[in-house]
Amino acid sequence: MTSERFLSTPAQSTSDRAADIAAADNFLVVDHLSVRFPTHDGLVQAVTDLSFSVKRGETLGIVGESGSGKSVSSMAVLGLHDAKSTRLEGSIRVGGQEVVGADESTLRKLRGKEVAMIFQDPLTALHPFYSVGRQIAEAYRIHHKVSKGEARKRAIEMLDRVGIPQAKNRVDDFPHQFSGGMRQRAMIAMSLVNDPKLLIADEPTTALDVTVQAQILDLLQDLQREFNSAIIMITHDLGVIAELADEVLVMYGGRAVETGATKQILTHPEMPYTWGLLSSVPEVSADEDARLIPIPGNPPSLLNPPSGCPFNPRCTHKDKVPGDLCVTTLPELLPARVGPSHRRRCHLPDPEVIYLTEVLPEIAPDLIDPTTGEPIAALQEIAAASEAEANADSRGDQR
Amino acid sequence: MLGYIVRRLLSAGLVVTLTSMIVFALFFLGPDNPAQPLCDINGKCTPERLALLTEQLGLNDTVYHQYWIWLQGLFVGREISFGPIYQCSAPCLGISYSTRNEVTAELLDKFPATLSLAIGGSLIYLLVGVFLGTMAARVRGTLADRGLVTMSLIVSSIPYYVLAILAWIYLSLEWQIFPDTTYHPLTDGIGAWAYGLLLPWLVLGLAQSTAYARYTRGQMVETLGEDYIRTATAKGVAKRKVIFQHALRAAIVPVITIFGLDFAFLLAGTVVTEEIFDIDGIGQWGIRALRAPVDFPVVAATVLIGAVIIVIANIIVDILYSFIDPRVRVS
Amino acid sequence: MTETQPHAASRIDWATAESILEVVNLKKYFPVKSSGVLRRTIAQVQAVDGVSFSVPRGGSLGLVGESGCGKSTTGRLITRLYEPTAGEIRFEGKDIAALSRKEMLPLRSEIQMIFQDPYSSLNPRHTVGTIVGTPLQVHKMVPEKKVLDRVRELLEVVGLNPEHYNRYPNEFSGGQRQRIGIARALALQPKLLVADEPVSALDVSIQAQVVNLLQDVQREFNIAFLFIAHDLAVVRHFCPEVAVMYLGKIVEVADRETLYSQPHHPYTQALLSAVPDVKQAAVGGRRDRIRLEGDVPSPVNPPSGCRFRTRCWKAQDICAKQEPPLLQIGPRHKVACHFAGQRGSTGNVPITLDVLGVNSHGDPVPGATRASNLEDPGYSPAFSDLETHKRRSEKLADR
Repeated sequence: MTSERFLSTPAQSTSDRAADIAAADNFLVVDHLSVRFPTHDGLVQAVTDLSFSVKRGETLGIVGESGSGKSVSSMAVLGLHDAKSTRLEGSIRVGGQEVVGADESTLRKLRGKEVAMIFQDPLTALHPFYSVGRQIAEAYRIHHKVSKGEARKRAIEMLDRVGIPQAKNRVDDFPHQFSGGMRQRAMIAMSLVNDPKLLIADEPTTALDVTVQAQILDLLQDLQREFNSAIIMITHDLGVIAELADEVLVMYGGRAVETGATKQILTHPEMPYTWGLLSSVPEVSADEDARLIPIPGNPPSLLNPPSGCPFNPRCTHKDKVPGDLCVTTLPELLPARVGPSHRRRCHLPDPEVIYLTEVLPEIAPDLIDPTTGEPIAALQEIAAASEAEANADSRGDQR
Repeated sequence: MLGYIVRRLLSAGLVVTLTSMIVFALFFLGPDNPAQPLCDINGKCTPERLALLTEQLGLNDTVYHQYWIWLQGLFVGREISFGPIYQCSAPCLGISYSTRNEVTAELLDKFPATLSLAIGGSLIYLLVGVFLGTMAARVRGTLADRGLVTMSLIVSSIPYYVLAILAWIYLSLEWQIFPDTTYHPLTDGIGAWAYGLLLPWLVLGLAQSTAYARYTRGQMVETLGEDYIRTATAKGVAKRKVIFQHALRAAIVPVITIFGLDFAFLLAGTVVTEEIFDIDGIGQWGIRALRAPVDFPVVAATVLIGAVIIVIANIIVDILYSFIDPRVRVS
Repeated sequence: MTETQPHAASRIDWATAESILEVVNLKKYFPVKSSGVLRRTIAQVQAVDGVSFSVPRGGSLGLVGESGCGKSTTGRLITRLYEPTAGEIRFEGKDIAALSRKEMLPLRSEIQMIFQDPYSSLNPRHTVGTIVGTPLQVHKMVPEKKVLDRVRELLEVVGLNPEHYNRYPNEFSGGQRQRIGIARALALQPKLLVADEPVSALDVSIQAQVVNLLQDVQREFNIAFLFIAHDLAVVRHFCPEVAVMYLGKIVEVADRETLYSQPHHPYTQALLSAVPDVKQAAVGGRRDRIRLEGDVPSPVNPPSGCRFRTRCWKAQDICAKQEPPLLQIGPRHKVACHFAGQRGSTGNVPITLDVLGVNSHGDPVPGATRASNLEDPGYSPAFSDLETHKRRSEKLADR
């Protein structure tokens, strides 16, 4: 994973060659993607200038709240937005094939075959009138010239593979006859029936109970190892990201605001919105009486996005930025000083210091050594490693 | 499943029985003496004649007794006398005051015409309406969609009888495109049957199809927004198949409910169509019976048969439902 | 951390606290009708099957479990939205389980409920003023002329602009609507609030705002909470006392320190291990997760004996024959398992033999009797000590 993966402006062309090399093994490359919907009230800017990429065998987690643009961008990868009511700009390349502006038959060959999708609620995402087996077999027959009998056999095989007991007897069941966890397994079976190279999972466990969620996450990891597919995991749950994702992309108001390796982002976040996400979610292992620190205010309007940084109306660290830069100027998605591939969109001059000295003691006092006031060993290790890298990088001035 | 059908049939029987009681009550407990119209039919009605007819018809008995007699007639037949004695065999719905025929026999005589009209007309409006509605939903928001919706509103805002009369005047009388519009029994040959009914079918079908197009469109637009439609598209199903297979199957369910009821009403007699195209069916028969002097047994029979048909149509729709939607399939 | 106040409920001394609510052996069976002509009742869904617990005045008890465990049904029984099949609901010492609608009326104001979905639980055609003010008028809480003043006051308490009383619910965001729901519940100055998944429909950054509001409200008005949620972290954050439900029964109840750090029931252990944890994953990778196989059995025909035995790795003969009682094993810790113990413990002598009067195969011992106090809500000063039990069973093993 190189820092070229999250280019934010065309101006940074010095690294173009490196980007080309990286793109060679990136299965999905999203480049300066904007998705906008004209409505009666105005233009909804659902996704703005978004760039990311995913390699095979790797999991990218996209985090954000409702309206952050995480689902909209993933649907664009499959060309699922109605062309007539959507304005798409930028480029999405799936295995080298351009998706933006592609015709229906090109898209149809990609859908389900190269890129498959799992949705949040398997009860509504499966057709209530068709048996589970029939729906899986249908997905298989679209991309393979086989008889109905063979497709059915394949459906049984897939149901068995995703852990449906007695798949042979359950293949003709209807979705409503399955439990929530089994339905999501069936959904996964359907999405994997054509060995897709990229799997987009849109909140796949949000509607499920925790023990079932654990089963499904395990299953996804097993299957990823087996099929070496790329996974995009869209979720609002940082816990799921922590368990599953190699890389994280934090989205806010339709833009990428922070990205990098999962461990780096979760231990050394440098964007106040990411801090807010971490501090507003209680943890099963956190200090009990710690008061949650909510992010004040509400998510931004996509019709009239705030000027400058999209997060500025809710940001509690605005005062540390000189002048009114936050309100006037959109910060670039720039590399952080520490950590490989870590980029964030923030005007704060030294967010890593603010995080360690101001944010961390508040949100996770248990991670601070009570005697020294320093972060505990594990965190220091990461910090040390990142610093070493930062020193190695400091040849080039990054600002 | 069987238990379900039995349960439905039992409740259907109850509904029909109740309807028959209400009809009976309305007519035989009404302000006028039911014998009055019968008395009026053949010229002068003297008080003596009225009293005799009242006695003969059993109208001096208690209501319960009258209903019991009527019910008996339905199952085993009975004798009815007003003037001469008429043998009315089971299922006896009485003797028509005006024609002095058994009502049941007349009903069976008129029914095929109405049935033919209803089947053809409803097939046309179902197929045309659902197809147009589906297409409109597919291209929703476009000029074609808006044009179709506007057209359908215009057509449905014209009173149906105006439409039917215009069609008859121009297409049949003036331009002679359909010169012979009347009912020929199937025994006259399928060609004659279909040819005679073609114009009524088209008028009935096209006029009604606009409502079905709008209704189907609404259902389809809603269904196309469902998650499972997105799933089907995401797995690479062709758009046409997504619409005509995945979406239509789900959207059609409520359309079928309406269709079942509409069809039942058609079977109970389409007065306007039958009048204008001179088809001797249930509708005309019922209307004639309502004209003074009122032919009570016929009116009662049409109301009763209407209730039976609507109840049966409902059962059939429910059974169809369970074939389309596995979730309502009863184990 | 130093300036944040500890949560009010945690200041309560649970051993001596007076209960506002005591639930004893509460049951709710929903009939399953046959499809035959007569529609006889052919089975019962045992949604809640004998739960006992207590909530102290001004305290909060958390009720956690996965979907279908009966936690929401329990909440609805307590607010009498459902008729209990059996059992007692003692509110301030008075059994309200069998009260008629009319007899319940004066109590309605004392027990209020907050619902999960802020979108469907508010009438869209009523203004916020009407929604919050109606209960005031119905229960004649304040003179007619003062209603509006009180509504404004309440809106201010829940952090809404008091001048917005004439707006409609659709003019508010999800978080704000939940605040309206809370204002409505507070209008009658209840002594007990049943909160059924109050934050699970909200975005994460908004969840924290609402959780904090509920804590403020609890402290300010000394309201007791029965807090029902599937999110273990939120429950731990809010409730000093937590009960875990599985298939209509409470399997473990304890103070949160004990429950979350030393769970003694296998299901609690599995449940906790399944929760993805940001901090853990961020510093030390994934935890050792207990994989539960299969699905929760049907509540129509639950397993004999212990309901968890079909998915439990500790299950033995006795588990199928004897239902484990909710046995107190610590000053504030009860667990319903024959082989209760911390994760990794390997006791193989059931701890329940004495109280049930059975042998280790689950067969009754002649002359032995079942202890009588097994369904008592709350805690008693005397309890079974697992350490003593362990020493005794080791001695037995040595012989």
